[in-house]
Amino acid sequence: MRRLWIGCTVVVFTLLLIIPVVRIAMGAWNEGWSGFSGGITRPETGHALFMTGLIVVIVTLINTVFGVMLSLYLVRATWLGRKLKQLLNSIVDLPFAVSPVIGGLMIVLLLGPDTAIGALLGRAGVDIVYALPGMVIATLFVTFPLIVREVMPVLQEIGNSQEEAAATLGASAWTTFWRVTWPSIRWSVVYGVVLTVARAMGEFGAVLVVSGNIINKTQTATTLVYQDVENFNLTAANAVALVLAAGSVALLLFMEWAKSRKEVH
Amino acid sequence: MHVEVRGLHKKFGSFQAVHDVNFSIDKGQLIGLLGPSGGGKTSILRMLAGLETVDSGDILFHGQRVNDLPPQERGIGFVFQNYALFKHMTVADNIAFGLEVKKWSKAKIKDRVAELVELTGLSGFERRLPHQLSGGQRQRVAFARALAPEPQLLLLDEPFAAIDAKIRHELRSWLRDMIDRLGITSIFVTHDQDEAIEVADEIMIINKGRLEQKGSPWEIYKDPQSPFVAGFIGESTIVDNVSSLRGFDTASTWPGTKALIRPEYIEIGQASEFATKLSATERGRVRHIHFRGSEWLVEVEVGDTKLVTYRSLEKQVLHPGEEVQVLIHRAYLFNDNDSWIMENKLKEDPLPVHI
Repeated sequence: MRRLWIGCTVVVFTLLLIIPVVRIAMGAWNEGWSGFSGGITRPETGHALFMTGLIVVIVTLINTVFGVMLSLYLVRATWLGRKLKQLLNSIVDLPFAVSPVIGGLMIVLLLGPDTAIGALLGRAGVDIVYALPGMVIATLFVTFPLIVREVMPVLQEIGNSQEEAAATLGASAWTTFWRVTWPSIRWSVVYGVVLTVARAMGEFGAVLVVSGNIINKTQTATTLVYQDVENFNLTAANAVALVLAAGSVALLLFMEWAKSRKEVH
Repeated sequence: MHVEVRGLHKKFGSFQAVHDVNFSIDKGQLIGLLGPSGGGKTSILRMLAGLETVDSGDILFHGQRVNDLPPQERGIGFVFQNYALFKHMTVADNIAFGLEVKKWSKAKIKDRVAELVELTGLSGFERRLPHQLSGGQRQRVAFARALAPEPQLLLLDEPFAAIDAKIRHELRSWLRDMIDRLGITSIFVTHDQDEAIEVADEIMIINKGRLEQKGSPWEIYKDPQSPFVAGFIGESTIVDNVSSLRGFDTASTWPGTKALIRPEYIEIGQASEFATKLSATERGRVRHIHFRGSEWLVEVEVGDTKLVTYRSLEKQVLHPGEEVQVLIHRAYLFNDNDSWIMENKLKEDPLPVHI
């Protein structure tokens, strides 16, 4: 019986994870090095990877700062009522519950060129939807809970007595945060950042809806793979996918290391 | 520093944590805030520190109102119940924190840390992290850290609660000596009456958010101002029909009066042990005896009243069921309006002995 279960687990694991990765690698190389490098060196691939990278950097920066701040407020702030805190706390999880495609659609419906805000901004020369800002907003929406959910439990666990001690010793809120709170939460933040980067890199649905997937303009690595597959350009699709997968694996290894540090502290 | 508190109130939701508390503390005194858990002691301490806002009332340090000052500007040291040491900093860094925040020079910080490490007996542990220390050592680090910036008022929240009994005793006298040497005004919170009696110059008894009594430990023991204080300090038995006891029959003139009798108010023994006071005794029966390490705890029944007292190990051992003479020296009487101490009348004015 036990062997059967082990066997099943191995089969599922192989079918779901190993075979697709191997298939992608083989697909990327089935025309040899020239096929792979051809897929990678196309100008649209460069642009798509650049867009993905840009979105990842912007989204991670914004989410780290505001995720840590929201966690602090939700756990520590006394000026927020308990009820309001609970409400905010459940709203944080909304992106987990809502499909990314719906999230993207909400942005189009709110800020698209046909809406009041979108038209106003458009006249001022700022495009939101079908441009980088919309893609950033969509990715922000999808990744927002990740850092908050990592940092909040740690803040709750360490309690506020160390921070109170710092206050009685004369430390300002700023000093207290950097010298007392931050060392306790930094590995959770790192872990949350890794999750955010991974999610932002792989985000597809929300970005596809808001970007319009315009080549060399609003195309990201994932939507490029999608388009290559649609065009039966499988070698190129596999090559780009392999680059993305390599990035994810590197990130996962880093995450494992961060996790071990997190447990130490 | 001189501390004064006037009409202090604090509510948490609908719970009245502190109710109209007034007191003043002279410079250099060591004050114990004593009372049952959840009675509001810690809330008072935290309001003094500025960690909790005041609903109404005034807190004055040196005659200056400090209600609106944040904790950073009050010049206090606070020792937390679980020490709240910065767990990622070494002992030396913990102690230096308050000095670095105040921008002392490196050389001065080094000297001050060395001085405090010496004072608290932590030499050799400067490079350790808090989790590498024992409970008593952590407590001393917390104490050193609070003292480092030379506060004028030291507040300690249940400073010995998390330490095992034996070391607690040592630390208590150590703390007492230390505070005497530094001459710093200190207030500590405790629910342990032995601790308060042993360490404090003055005790404030706090119950249900109210200050019941303030005075030296001896005053509070000798002259409790309320039934709660009488019952809280020392061990005691409440007796409903005190007038049935010999020597206290006049108590029946105040209807509804109960008595609180401490073990040390009662003497028991065979008739031969009492000599001239024999006429003030009455007969009782030993119900149980318990060995208490340094004395016997004896439960004795007089009529239908159960009393508890101690008996020296030097005296003849009593046995359950034995008939003994019981002498009640005094009782603390109280009713809804008043409370007072009544001495045994017969003891004061012994009846002539008939031969």
